[in-house]
Amino acid sequence: MLTYVNIVVAGLLTGCVYGLMALGLSVIFGVIRIVNFAHGEMMVVAMYAALFLNQRLGLDPFVVMPAVAAGLFLAGYALQRGLINRYIGRPEHQQFLLLLAVSIMLTSSTLMAFGPDARSVQLDYAYDSFEIGGLLVDKVRVLAALGAVVGAVMLWMFFRFTRTGKSIRACADNQVGAQVVGLDVKRLYAVTFGVGAACVGVAGTLLLLLVDVQPYIAADYTLLAFTIVIVGGLGSMPGALLGGLLVGVSEALSGFIIMPSLKSLFSFALLIVVLLARPQGLVGRRA
Amino acid sequence: MMLDIQSGVSRRSAFAIGLFVVVMLVLPLLVNAYVVSVLVVVLFSAYLGQAWNVMMGFAGQLSLGNALYVGLGAYASAALFVHYGLPPWIGMLAGMAAAGIAASLIAALSFRFGVTGVYFALLTISFAEFTRIAFDHVDWIGGSSGLFLPVVTLDHDDLLHLRGSPAMFYYVLLALVLSALAFSHLLLRRRVGLYWQAIREDQAAAQALGIDVFRYKIAAVALSAVMTAVAGGLMAFYDNNLYPDTIFAVSRSIDIIIAPIIGGLGTLFGPILGAIVLTMLSETTTNVSASLGVNGLKQWIYGASLLVIVMLQPAGLWPWLKSVLKLDGVR
Amino acid sequence: MQAMTAPLLEVESISKRFSGLQAVDTVSFAVPRGAIVGLIGPNGAGKTTIFNLIAGVFRPDAGAIRLDGVDITGLRPDLACTAGIGRTFQVVRPFGALTVLDNVMVGAFRRTTSPSEARRSARQILERVGLADKASAVASGLTLPERKRLEAARALATGPKLLLLDEVMAGLRPVEVDLMVRVFADLSREMGLAILLTEHVMRAVMALSHHIVVVHHGQKICEGPPEAVARDPKVITCYLGASRATA
Repeated sequence: MLTYVNIVVAGLLTGCVYGLMALGLSVIFGVIRIVNFAHGEMMVVAMYAALFLNQRLGLDPFVVMPAVAAGLFLAGYALQRGLINRYIGRPEHQQFLLLLAVSIMLTSSTLMAFGPDARSVQLDYAYDSFEIGGLLVDKVRVLAALGAVVGAVMLWMFFRFTRTGKSIRACADNQVGAQVVGLDVKRLYAVTFGVGAACVGVAGTLLLLLVDVQPYIAADYTLLAFTIVIVGGLGSMPGALLGGLLVGVSEALSGFIIMPSLKSLFSFALLIVVLLARPQGLVGRRA
Repeated sequence: MMLDIQSGVSRRSAFAIGLFVVVMLVLPLLVNAYVVSVLVVVLFSAYLGQAWNVMMGFAGQLSLGNALYVGLGAYASAALFVHYGLPPWIGMLAGMAAAGIAASLIAALSFRFGVTGVYFALLTISFAEFTRIAFDHVDWIGGSSGLFLPVVTLDHDDLLHLRGSPAMFYYVLLALVLSALAFSHLLLRRRVGLYWQAIREDQAAAQALGIDVFRYKIAAVALSAVMTAVAGGLMAFYDNNLYPDTIFAVSRSIDIIIAPIIGGLGTLFGPILGAIVLTMLSETTTNVSASLGVNGLKQWIYGASLLVIVMLQPAGLWPWLKSVLKLDGVR
Repeated sequence: MQAMTAPLLEVESISKRFSGLQAVDTVSFAVPRGAIVGLIGPNGAGKTTIFNLIAGVFRPDAGAIRLDGVDITGLRPDLACTAGIGRTFQVVRPFGALTVLDNVMVGAFRRTTSPSEARRSARQILERVGLADKASAVASGLTLPERKRLEAARALATGPKLLLLDEVMAGLRPVEVDLMVRVFADLSREMGLAILLTEHVMRAVMALSHHIVVVHHGQKICEGPPEAVARDPKVITCYLGASRATA
């Protein structure tokens, strides 16, 4: 019994990080209505950036995180403003191809810069754990989850309390109305993409604490982000987090109960059911 | 973009098409075996793209899971051949039926529940991935270790059993591509083709004109799947081996759709042009990056080329080429 | 003898509610064979909803709709079309990437499966609405008045018994309005086509309609021949406000 609780807790903690990653996607899709097929790739770039800084400067990932987040923000802003913006009203297949091309270039860039082998970050506290009751929890996992929660809260505060954040929400609700009121939609979209990228930057840095990084894991994480966002509900921040937790737990449990190779089967079955029965997700509203 | 059925094909265009067909027919006789194998890849890509184009370019349904139908076609004909000695063409019929039924089910469920656009695309990915993982665990077809066709060395081409030289496959595929072209062209002139395009343009308006949108959308998806399954069967016999992780892969689904998008969605020759351009691109980048010895450079150039194409010619290369060569009346 | 005088369209006490708003409230009226009936009322009166109920976009919460004696209540839009309802949309919806001829052929294919038949039929209709010279033009390149005519032509090609025209005159200049009025009057007379139209352009409604139905807040408040309706105090009130009516 205790083993199960341990696994569920580990899943929940990992799920927090997944949730933050998915939040970035939800924000981008919820506001700009662009399907970011390069989401996982952006995260992998963040992971490599964090790894690079960690290895070169000997700094703990938590210390480099602001730098990585800032860098991703700028990159996301530039990408949206310079490239993606023109494709906003265009047919889906063109947007898809655009972001696919971007994702290929990102993955191949990491491949060229760091090679195909898996890398991981070296931490002094990698094997520490807390003991609560009979539970054994990895220290890294707890810290990563905390980081994710803090990141999510900061995101929420940004949208709730800052002027830019509120303007972005206005845009998402009613683009024409926002323009009429004088909001610079192009700039706000770029900020939104930047914010989504920053989320992914933070999530990536945190994920680095938990898994090895390789150029090819990107596509799986893009798909994972979409699964979470759909299950939790597009455009819903609590939904993305809830979805992340659910996926984290189901991944952990199914990896343990059923054959590891079958665990994705469960998440795809779940995605199919949700898409058919409740596409607005658990928390989202019907469009 | 639409062929005005009245004006027909101009003399210049008819000549161009004729020339194209003749060139394709004699090409294997003029080039070495390696080039023939590259051309086979081009033809596979062109055909699969054309099949996808029926669903997307004509009826407007974005599917990112066509590898599912490739895999079903491949496994049906290969498994029936390996276990029961059934000739591949018969096994392919089973594959086509399986693909058609699967596609109809997926489409019916999706459209009944109002799943469209990106959600539909994700649904198709999910079904393909689900099947991939499931097939990994089915021993009868070899599971994740793969299914292997017995390799035979013959001194002649056995068309019935699809055992033969790359040149044989080349001609089979060429026949397939040309028939797919002719078939699509025919469909577009008839009611079903125009109805599909109406649905692609504006579903509500189409429905107000008496079109049973639900049924026609399912038909487009099913036809596309059936066509795709044929290629799957051929692929199994060309490669002689089959793994769920490669045949059902998302990357395969994505590769299938890049050619028609680059070439020109909804056009007749777009998928072929796209296939030619992409294969040539792939070959040159492989050579370039091999000589430079940089891991990942090939993909980077590939990605950059896709980016350049979608930025400069978002509607596809065929419409642009058509205007340059002044070929009117050809889709 | 009874059959000859029975109305083509019978709308019987239909109602429709949209989460809290009673858009249509027990409305009944009829469209006689070959007649042109105008449906008027201020903005938000429920006219387009009534259209959508007849055309099958929505299902009425209550009431019945009969076309030529056949119950078409709640039929899907494509089945309503097959039953004989043709409709245009308030905001035109041409098949932009297709040519004008192809657009109309889509409609014509409702009555035949032969492409040559459909083409012939489509060309004839384009002649009638005055778009024959634009047959090969791509629909997205048309001006608004041309698109409106295309929309009507497309619906006509399906061979409807009843044509629903949803604010088809909106955005047209007076000269263009007069042209459209002539086109529809001729069509109705020559083809025996019944038309139900909603309009804000009074010039067109008065010129075309044999009979007018006035709705306000989802309810029918008046009906009758155009001159009578124009003088009815209830109608004047709903358009101009209470003070004017008593003045």
